[in-house]
Amino acid sequence: MQAKTRIATVSLSGCFGCHMSLLDIDDRILKLAELVEFDRSPINDFKDFQSRCAVGIVEGGCCNEDNVEVLESFRKNCDVLISVGECAITGGINSMRNNIPLKECLDEAYLKSPGVYNPLNKIPNDPEIPLLLNRVYPCHEVVKIDYFIPGCPPQADALWDVLVALLSGKAPVIAYKNHKYD
Amino acid sequence: MSRISFTIDGVTVQAIKGQSILKAADAAGIYIPRLCAYRDLVPHGSCRVCSVKVNGRIQAACVQTVIEGAVVENNTPELEEYRSNIIDMLFVEGNHFCMFCEKSGFCELQALAYRFGIAVPKYQFLYPKREIDMSHPHVYVDHNRCILCGRCVQASQSMDSKNVFQFIGRGIRKRLQVNGDSLAKTDLKVTDEAVSVCPVGALVRKRVGYETPVGLRRYDEAPIGDDIEPGKGDR
Repeated sequence: MQAKTRIATVSLSGCFGCHMSLLDIDDRILKLAELVEFDRSPINDFKDFQSRCAVGIVEGGCCNEDNVEVLESFRKNCDVLISVGECAITGGINSMRNNIPLKECLDEAYLKSPGVYNPLNKIPNDPEIPLLLNRVYPCHEVVKIDYFIPGCPPQADALWDVLVALLSGKAPVIAYKNHKYD
Repeated sequence: MSRISFTIDGVTVQAIKGQSILKAADAAGIYIPRLCAYRDLVPHGSCRVCSVKVNGRIQAACVQTVIEGAVVENNTPELEEYRSNIIDMLFVEGNHFCMFCEKSGFCELQALAYRFGIAVPKYQFLYPKREIDMSHPHVYVDHNRCILCGRCVQASQSMDSKNVFQFIGRGIRKRLQVNGDSLAKTDLKVTDEAVSVCPVGALVRKRVGYETPVGLRRYDEAPIGDDIEPGKGDR
């Protein structure tokens, strides 16, 4: 039996909506399980790459240093990287902070905002917490991305069509009715 | 009225002398993509999305009048790339968050990007800082989404007989300005044509957003231009 194609997925700074949309392919998930083996992915909760992967699916943009590190490890371990969803492609909702200085954002969130309970009056700076980047970066501004599936989240059919095309060695085409930004 | 004939991508098209290439193409059932041109508003060729090649030279089809025997190229890979680049630039120049925009599904900028199959703009996002004017009780202006097409400026004057909008600044600093301290201090009414002609979500009526369910919105199934030339923009 031929070895199954290995797929890795990750949600960087996203909402997991794109992963939900992947589950939205309904019973085709059984067919997908026949075609692929999931490597590092929230679907099986593997935190590290088990081996080299053919396809990496990236949801979410890069908000912090951890996102960049994970994205770089995806580029290193995957033959083909797909940016999935508006956060990965444009920065998404997170990038609404891009025209506000980072300090102002943190001050607003942890010090000034109504209802904030912060007796020490400090912005969290534990070394365990990944440092925020100056702004949110779309994935293709950080590493080379091979394919893009737009949508917030992308239509399940768009995800399915692109995956099936790639797995059968064809150029992926997203049908007009599945090509959406919302 | 004297009639003249010319060709668009090899197809002979009859037109009335003085007519624009865009209007002649529409009448002949050939879609030339456009963004700032709108029905009876006077075209001014600012967005350049309707660029076509007329006898080998690039012209805006909305302002270029028909020429007897002219050879017009419309649906060529070269022109499609130019148009697609313009849409890319408009996307990165503003803050277009389709996922929560009330205009999504009806937006002509988005619809053109869908038609051209743009998954990601080829340029870097600028993430500019722009203002939102919520002062008016029934309408708001979101400058993040404004593409400076000028439809509202002209519609306010010629259709509403008012003068609510104008442009200030030049180049990258050009922006829409209301003639008053804020939108609420102008004589704009929610029923004004200036509001309804906005191709994007820059001028939006309040409290009617998301009325149409996803799937039934104007450009959900059929691409923009499908009403003029059916079946061409689909993939």
